[in-house]
Amino acid sequence: MLYELTNVTKLYTQRRKRVDALAGIDLTIDQGEFLAIQGSTGSGKTTLLQMLGAMDRPTSGSLLFEGRDLAKLGESDLTELRSHSFGFIFQAFNLIPTLTAQENVETALVPWHVSIKERRSRAAEALEGVGLADRAKHIPSELSGGEQQRVAIARALVRAPRVIFADEPSGNLDERTRDDIIGLLEQLWRERGQTLIVVTHDTWVAGRASRRIWLDAGKLEAPPVDDRRGAEAIATPDREPALRA
Amino acid sequence: MFFTYIYRELRRRHRQALLTALGLAVGVASVVAVTAYAGGVGDAQDEVLQSLYGVGTDITVSQTQKLGEGQGGPQSFGMRPPDSGSANAAGSAKIDRSVVTSSPGQKSIPQTKVTTISGLDGVKASTGSLSLTSLHVTGKFDQTQGGVSSGAVSGMPTGGQSSGGSLQMSGIDISSFSLAGVDVSNLKLGPLSAGQITSGRSFASDETDAKVALVTKAYAKQNGLAVGDSVKVKSTKFKVVGIVILPSGSTSSDVYVPLARAQKVSDNKNAVNQIYVQADSADSISAVKKEIKQVMPKATVTTSSDLASQVSGSLSSASSLADRLGRWLAVAALVAAFAVASLLSVSAVSRRVREFGTLKALGWKSRRIVGQVLGESVVTGLAGGVIGVALGIAGARLITALSPDLKATMGSSVPLPPGAPAGAGGMMEALGGAAQTVTVRLAAPISLNLVLLAVGLALAGGLLAGAFGGWHAARLRPADALRRVD
Repeated sequence: MLYELTNVTKLYTQRRKRVDALAGIDLTIDQGEFLAIQGSTGSGKTTLLQMLGAMDRPTSGSLLFEGRDLAKLGESDLTELRSHSFGFIFQAFNLIPTLTAQENVETALVPWHVSIKERRSRAAEALEGVGLADRAKHIPSELSGGEQQRVAIARALVRAPRVIFADEPSGNLDERTRDDIIGLLEQLWRERGQTLIVVTHDTWVAGRASRRIWLDAGKLEAPPVDDRRGAEAIATPDREPALRA
Repeated sequence: MFFTYIYRELRRRHRQALLTALGLAVGVASVVAVTAYAGGVGDAQDEVLQSLYGVGTDITVSQTQKLGEGQGGPQSFGMRPPDSGSANAAGSAKIDRSVVTSSPGQKSIPQTKVTTISGLDGVKASTGSLSLTSLHVTGKFDQTQGGVSSGAVSGMPTGGQSSGGSLQMSGIDISSFSLAGVDVSNLKLGPLSAGQITSGRSFASDETDAKVALVTKAYAKQNGLAVGDSVKVKSTKFKVVGIVILPSGSTSSDVYVPLARAQKVSDNKNAVNQIYVQADSADSISAVKKEIKQVMPKATVTTSSDLASQVSGSLSSASSLADRLGRWLAVAALVAAFAVASLLSVSAVSRRVREFGTLKALGWKSRRIVGQVLGESVVTGLAGGVIGVALGIAGARLITALSPDLKATMGSSVPLPPGAPAGAGGMMEALGGAAQTVTVRLAAPISLNLVLLAVGLALAGGLLAGAFGGWHAARLRPADALRRVD
């Protein structure tokens, strides 16, 4: 068991109004799962992602990751988890606009304090893995949406994380590019057994996952479909998952 | 990564960065220009004071004459016509008399005091000088009828006066010149310290008792003297070994001789009437003044700062201007620059919330991100410092080019202005009492220290601004990366 959540809550105070973003979540996640978290806006799915990704701590409850309770960890421990065990992909790609593709991937390795040489070679390798070796010296404004998201994926992958978190990864992409990107993620999951936790409102994307959960008003809802169905069972589109040399 | 990131970010917002740097530059430049100007005024004041009583002198000591005391009053020559028995009743007698006395207003001080003062704490060196006036009267007594009377001739060159109507003086010629005895073993301190030899040579340090003299160029010209000629003081002949010029406005005597000779010629054994003291450092001057006062309670001890308060004229106005207005302006400009830099730094961070949030999500520690912000700010500050120094130097040069020659007037021949420090009065009498005006050119010097100060200020500004931005950045959360809108 990778994750074990017991009665996790998250409470925000927004303009003196109390917001229960998460109102008691019980959940377990195994290694190697491709989990899709669905729900409408304000359902708490982004908050749940933050909790799982050690970006924030729950207000109450226990959140065990590999046996450690993230709810009780200090700021620096959480930071270390993020830098060594997790990778993130964002809807808006979130690349540093002033740095090249290569340098953007390298930013993930800055907290590792490895030599500049090693950092460079690892980053180059990761870019190659997503098929963007020839775009290494371009800055984000010179790259297409799909290319930017690939760079982001390379950045997430470069440190071989235990879990990759994606927040609406295809939200800013057109359909075709979406297929490419999601296909890439799927390939990682299939071939490397990468644990993926994806927040999405796109049913098609969610359909590629091995497991789907639904959130509504901070609570888990009963899934409309069988939640442990493997990805194979879902009808795949004509195209193969994106394969890049 | 650190420097790459800084450089790229500054390039991206180069306009704001430039604005910040320029703002800091203006603040720094005004500090540089004002400090240079104030320094120039200070130098000018020193120049004035130096020309008034010599390079290296920090304190002068003298003893002033109180009114009514005997010595120094109208001179009496005690001239008597020859005994009636020895001259013809209707004959005439020549007059040729010479008197050397201390300058008016000066009491003599035992020379041992010079040595005492040398030994005081904080005193680097001290010498004494004796300033004198030499009067020479020539003429004839004509006896017309019986009746003898003696005449006392006043020291004023007003011609003769007779009593009883029977004796007359004619063809009176009175000449005088000022004479100073100096310590030839230490010419770097004292009345000749600012002197320059234009012809011949200066005194040798072993000529303490020699009959040698230096004359000022003006006096030499007036009297047609050249090196090798001789000057007669009373009955002693002194050989002129050199012609000297002293800075304009400084008090000078016409003739300079070794101290021992001056003492002999004026019957002032082992006496001086002016002591020049050089302190170890500018900071010890007031302490030395106190010590001298203890050793010589009745003496008038004047320091250069006492005199500085006496300097009137455009120089002192320039100095007050530099002090008050200039400093406030510079401080205001600098504060404004710091404020602008801080605001821009904070705003820059606000526009990078998602960027910094992402880095935090990636595991970057807060302090690393704060370091980036500080780094950007410091680089901007450095740029501002460099530009500011360049602007400040240009500004100082401009001031130098534009400013008129400044005049400084010291003292007055009649009453001192009310509230003048007592010492200045004695000082002024020691200096001969006349009002002196010195003209100085104002320069605005830039020293290495000033440049370092300027760059330091700019760096501090950069750090301060960066701290504001950095604090803002440190408060960002990784979750900010997930914000939909920036």
